[in-house]
Amino acid sequence: MMNIVVCIKQVPNTTEVKIDKKTNTLVRSGVESIINPYDMHAIEEGLRIREELGGKVTVISMGPPQVADSLKEAISLGVDDIILLSDRAFAGADSLATSYALAKGIESIGNVDLIICGKQAIDGDTAQVGPGLAEHLSLPHTTYVKEVSNVNDKNIKVKRTIEDGYEVVEMDLPALITVVKEINETRFPSIRGILRSREIEVPVLTADNLEVDKNKIGLNGSPTQVVSVFTPQVEAQTEIFNGEPAEQAHKLVEVLRQQKII
Amino acid sequence: MSIRVTDSCIGCGVCMNKCPFGAIKMENGKPIFLDNCTLCGSCVEACPVDAIEIEKKVVNDINLADYKNVWVFGEQRDGEISSVVYELVGEGRKLADKLNEDLCVVLYGNNLKKKAEELIKYGVHKVYLLENSKLETYNDEIYTTVVTGMIEKYKPSIILLGATTIGRSLGPRVAARIETGLTADCTGLDIDEEKGVLLQTRPAFGGNIMATIVCENHRPQMATVRPGVMKSALIKSDYKGEIITEDFDLDKLESKTRVIEIVKEMQDRVKIEEAEIIVAGGRGVGSAEKFDIIKKLADLLGGAVGATRAAVDNGWISHDHQVGQTGKTVSPKIYIACGISGAVQHLVGMKPSDIIIAINKDPQASIFNYATYGLVGDLHEIIPILINQIAEGKDFMEAAASAQS
Ligand SMILES: Cc1cc2nc3c(=O)[nH]c(=O)nc-3n(C[C@H](O)[C@H](O)[C@H](O)COP(=O)(O)OP(=O)(O)OC[C@H]3O[C@@H](n4cnc5c(N)ncnc54)[C@H](O)[C@@H]3O)c2cc1C
Ligand SMILES: Nc1ncnc2c1ncn2[C@@H]1O[C@H](COP(=O)(O)O)[C@@H](O)[C@H]1O
Repeated sequence: MMNIVVCIKQVPNTTEVKIDKKTNTLVRSGVESIINPYDMHAIEEGLRIREELGGKVTVISMGPPQVADSLKEAISLGVDDIILLSDRAFAGADSLATSYALAKGIESIGNVDLIICGKQAIDGDTAQVGPGLAEHLSLPHTTYVKEVSNVNDKNIKVKRTIEDGYEVVEMDLPALITVVKEINETRFPSIRGILRSREIEVPVLTADNLEVDKNKIGLNGSPTQVVSVFTPQVEAQTEIFNGEPAEQAHKLVEVLRQQKII
Repeated sequence: MSIRVTDSCIGCGVCMNKCPFGAIKMENGKPIFLDNCTLCGSCVEACPVDAIEIEKKVVNDINLADYKNVWVFGEQRDGEISSVVYELVGEGRKLADKLNEDLCVVLYGNNLKKKAEELIKYGVHKVYLLENSKLETYNDEIYTTVVTGMIEKYKPSIILLGATTIGRSLGPRVAARIETGLTADCTGLDIDEEKGVLLQTRPAFGGNIMATIVCENHRPQMATVRPGVMKSALIKSDYKGEIITEDFDLDKLESKTRVIEIVKEMQDRVKIEEAEIIVAGGRGVGSAEKFDIIKKLADLLGGAVGATRAAVDNGWISHDHQVGQTGKTVSPKIYIACGISGAVQHLVGMKPSDIIIAINKDPQASIFNYATYGLVGDLHEIIPILINQIAEGKDFMEAAASAQS
């Protein structure tokens, strides 16, 4: 029996985010919120382990109230429980404050065997919450897991992607892993799941419910701060080669020669 | 709630337009902050009359003045120092000089004395060397304990790590243990001369915007930097430094993680990060077969082949060649972009290149805004001619050379 927790984040679908060249602002209209793609694979892996060994999968997320929709989506995929950490006091959290709050949320579940996170969230691409969370909970962790080769109630053996191959790593449970997309193919919601997701009340925990240290959450608990946001500026002075292809090619050959490439 | 609008607000609505989260609504000519506000601060900066304030309670009990010097984590695998370390040393030295502090490398492993001596020549003031068989292969728990132990002992002000699988695993663990900030995947680092703090710039929102981040009230200020973004340090004969041998009791350290096996998969790994010349192809190349012309040009110039995600997603070339936000970051001397539109996500991966040459048939393609030289035309016409001209030139040079001998 495995008590599994999966951490998911709701993110804007950044493939659709574009910059309005005139106003230099992000164009948001029509940009939907989705479950972070890597976290979909984390949910899938949790479900697969539960199907093999029995137990339950709880999905947890910290964010504004609308994150409830993403948690309902997780229910439709077949997870057992959901928890939303939502409170104005959590706002402005960087990865340190996020991992602290999630750790408190997970402690409130109790007796967790395995925590699964996505490799990174596509809005910030930091990949820091997973390892940070493991540290707050004093658990071992392994990042970039592309395969869970073996898991029982005492330990877990995984393949971890590294720059030039992979490592086979074994950890004592409880432990945390972060997963890459290659780990599995995600499933579609089931009819039963969809029906359940329509009825379910999303349980919300606030900072007070969790008895957190208020100095460690949200903006106050975030050592890092954004001081400016800007759109990448055009810097180059471009010299355009005119003329027929042969002429242009010739000019390029000249450049390559000057640079002593040829 | 810790964001508020002061009386000086003129109701112009600029904040609403600048909010990356759509979390501001104008009501009765004043901004209202909705629940999905993340307090990112974009509006504070955008406000023309400085009418938005974010209050942050400063909670820390450390004395910032106790923290000095710039550290680079000396990542090694199999006793070889990762190339990103030399890049961080190059950048770290600049930061240390601006602060008038020392640049130090922390090096853990076994039999690394020679490597430590070598590092000094790249401009490192101090190498803290800790040798122990337990540190030979990277282990998250053991490394975290050793690194935090040394931070507590020496109190560095800045720590830079490569944004590698090791750095991206160790960094957040260390930062969580000592409760400090860590900025991931920085593409630019600088010092705010007035405050003496580290300015960390990185892409956000799929590369659509850049954000500069500081960690003002906590130490050390930690950042990971992607391999290939910064220029490697160069050896200089007048650099002097020292090796400090650390002695840290590792006997009692235990780990719940065991690396059982390390499998190297890629035999001829594509090391485009280290190439001096890259010829890259995008969707404009058209097909896997047509990609041969890109490879041919790269071969002729002694360079490597790069690609956009569009080309990789189409299956024309493997992911190892992908340049950009979800691929590699490269900074060659010359980057030739063929049939590439110049999407931000691609640009973040190749903008540090010294010279960018773009071949594209659309004169409006945004790649031309970043290129040093631009060729407007069909790549399938231009590249074969180019290849011929280069080959002819080579023949000519070779003929000239043999005529001389
Ligand atoms: C989160 C996220 C991450 C991403 N990460 C990456 C990444 O790491 N790397 C990356 O590259 N992309 C990435 N992308 C995708 C990126 O947004 C672009 O879609 C991609 O870079 C476009 O590739 P392209 O320039 O090859 O194709 P296109 O944008 O389709 O451009 C093709 C160009 O070829 C020109 N062309 C066509 N035929 C010819 C011809 N015969 N001769 C000359 N020119 C011709 C056209 O004029 C056009 O400009 C990412 C996107 C997202 C949302
Ligand atoms: N607010 C959040 N709530 C729940 N899980 C999160 C949250 N933020 C990050 N995570 C988890 O941490 C992983 C890495 O996120 P990040 O460090 O933001 O790139 C994600 O894939 C999630 O599994």
